[in-house]
Amino acid sequence: MNSTTPALVELRKISKRYGELLANDGIDLAIAPGEIHALLGENGAGKSTLVKILYGVIEPTEGQILWQGRPVTISSPVEARELGIGMVFQHFSLFDELTVAENIAVALPATWTLSAVRARLGDISRAYGLSLEPDRAVWTLSAGERQRIEIVRCLLQNPNLLILDEPTSVLTPQESEHLFITLEKLAADGCAILYISHKLEEVRRLCRNATILRAGRVTATLDPRERSAREIAALMVGNEIGEVKSSGVHEGQAEILSVQNLSVPPAGLHGQALIDINLNARAGEVIGIAGVAGNGQSELFAALSGETTVESASAVIINGKPCGSFEIDQRRKLGAAFVPEERLGHAAAPTHRLSENILVSHHAVGAVSKSGFVVLGAARKLARTIIKGFDVRSPGEDAQARKLSGGNLQKFVIGREIIRKPKLLIVNQPTWGVDAGAARLIRQALVDLARAGSAIVVISQDLDELFEIADRLAVIHHGRLSPVKPTPEWTKEAIGLEMLGVGHDREAGHAA
Amino acid sequence: MTTFEAILLTIVTASTPFLIAALGELVAERSGVLNLGLEGMMAMGAACSFAAAVTFDSSLIGAGAGALAGALMAALFALVVLGFAANQVGSGLALTILGLGLSGLIGAPFVGAKRDPIGHITIPGLSELPVVGRLFFAQDLFVYGSLVLTLAVAFFLHRTRAGLMLRSIGENHTSAHALGLPVLRVRLLAVLFGGACAGLAGAYLSLVYTRFWSPGMIAGRGWIALALVVFAAWRPGWALVGAYIFGAASVLQLHAQAAQFGLPSQVLSAVPYAATILVLLLLSLRHGRAIGAPGSLGSPFVPER
Repeated sequence: MNSTTPALVELRKISKRYGELLANDGIDLAIAPGEIHALLGENGAGKSTLVKILYGVIEPTEGQILWQGRPVTISSPVEARELGIGMVFQHFSLFDELTVAENIAVALPATWTLSAVRARLGDISRAYGLSLEPDRAVWTLSAGERQRIEIVRCLLQNPNLLILDEPTSVLTPQESEHLFITLEKLAADGCAILYISHKLEEVRRLCRNATILRAGRVTATLDPRERSAREIAALMVGNEIGEVKSSGVHEGQAEILSVQNLSVPPAGLHGQALIDINLNARAGEVIGIAGVAGNGQSELFAALSGETTVESASAVIINGKPCGSFEIDQRRKLGAAFVPEERLGHAAAPTHRLSENILVSHHAVGAVSKSGFVVLGAARKLARTIIKGFDVRSPGEDAQARKLSGGNLQKFVIGREIIRKPKLLIVNQPTWGVDAGAARLIRQALVDLARAGSAIVVISQDLDELFEIADRLAVIHHGRLSPVKPTPEWTKEAIGLEMLGVGHDREAGHAA
Repeated sequence: MTTFEAILLTIVTASTPFLIAALGELVAERSGVLNLGLEGMMAMGAACSFAAAVTFDSSLIGAGAGALAGALMAALFALVVLGFAANQVGSGLALTILGLGLSGLIGAPFVGAKRDPIGHITIPGLSELPVVGRLFFAQDLFVYGSLVLTLAVAFFLHRTRAGLMLRSIGENHTSAHALGLPVLRVRLLAVLFGGACAGLAGAYLSLVYTRFWSPGMIAGRGWIALALVVFAAWRPGWALVGAYIFGAASVLQLHAQAAQFGLPSQVLSAVPYAATILVLLLLSLRHGRAIGAPGSLGSPFVPER
């Protein structure tokens, strides 16, 4: 922290205890006006707890908050906003069925009418380049637009401190750059910004000060630009991060997955159609599919996994068997395994035990059921093996799935599939919202599985991840897939342009 | 007055309790609370209002007592589902059973008593219009009240800040809490309003529709009002339309029976209920899901602290 500027907000010895768990342990943090301060740490390091305390959502067990030098108690978000604290949540705090203007008005003091919000929206849009249509319903908007609502909601109250929780996790590189420019403009106007992220490169691009948390404690306060990304990551996870290596070239290997001219009509109003998808994956190979959320990733995953079936059997061929019309279990029996995007509710049943969640994907292919009856002992044993083998930090195999942090549950659901040693693994957003340590473990597990001779398709929004593990890459945009090219032939810029659909003329089928 | 006009008049009377009960439930559901205790709250409203009206010889006091009884039942429900975050479906069903039993106990001394019809308010001039005159401008206070209530609920939900807060809370209580909206307080008020409306609907049944009390007189109207909220896609205007459709169905089956329609009377009595199932079926066939259902409907909220 710059010692010559008085702090806008200062946290002193903040602690938060949940039963046995000390989520925050004596945290000190100070932010000056106009400063962009990074808060770095793994999932479960206590970042969310700390900012929720600062935003008045939860109460600290101990400690003091000084606002402009005087002690304050922030017991609700309303009080936080009155002080001038605004917050952009990671999982947006938006209401899908309401309009943009309604979403903004509901978070503002009662003096704001809908028409006042509409009027000011124009001013803010012009000043910070955040354009929004006030009468659109939120469910029709992209993630980038939704985030803009959150930011505008804060800006309308002229905040002194803006908190952003993982703001770029859903944005394209271009949208992220746009956000950074907005944030720098705000900081130049004197607004302090607390920026939570685990993407080190963007923290180094944006922040001069960073506080690093590990297991609820501050491990360092430093200038991220003076240290290497590797050094900072080590402070976050407590040990040097090893680099994951992709496994090389696989010409001539057996083709495990072949997708030919796969087209799927859109499901319902908000669905995205898949148009003429062609893709193959050979044994030992990791195929990466990049793209901005909502461009057909979920639909592609559903079509590959059998959640959506197609009439043409040969549109999807697994292990040489045309199975476009096969349901998910029939595909599993061919040696395929699937990890969908949403951990809770899709990959795992939230209120069921981990051992019971084994059944979600093993009921037809594993040894956890016998003539229609569940063999609970086998499921529990398998759960214990996964917990151990994939470093799942949980109270045990009988813990409810929803009690696990995102990273740990993700390790569990990926481990659940990998332990079957599938010939083909399709995984959608393997490390979304997962901390650096867990993400590394997951990526390593994927690469190891490929090395052992399986074919893997990774659908991800995290370009760094895809560049790290994929042997070949393609981009999905508006339901169309770009040509699949070896990863070294792609640049990040080229991918970014493909993600925006301006890379090349796909209608004519020319590569850029 | 022709027979046709007389039938139309009874349709208005039959539809009004549906409308009042459905509006109350609609507000509670828009805040995210599913109260399946409608039938029980209506029964309590009917019994208590009739008891009070006979005791004090005042239909106005009776109506007040009915609304109060409904609100008290709703307060009990709120304690269980909001205070202790219990399962709303189970608690609502229990409330119905409790209400049906308790109302029988309270109403027992008044079985056989009869109230005079309550006064109609005739709007001069307008009430002399052909057909619609007597239908809409010479009605009792409850009918006018239910129409005003429809407008008021619609205005409240879509034009006021409090209504916006209520809708936000029903849509996503986690986000609402994160923004600092008082989730449980708003839900409590919405549930109490729903209870008062159900009580009032019950009062209308015993004070105006039948003018006597008998156990079981609600006869599934609470369940129809619940279905009506879904039918209306949680919108007050459609609740009005739906209430009159169901009201018409329940009256026309009586006339069909009287006209010796050739079908067994039991089949005809089943018409309003069968119509409810049919309408719900058609709605879900058309939309694939319950369009307009508040996102947090039925899920308990426990604030993190």
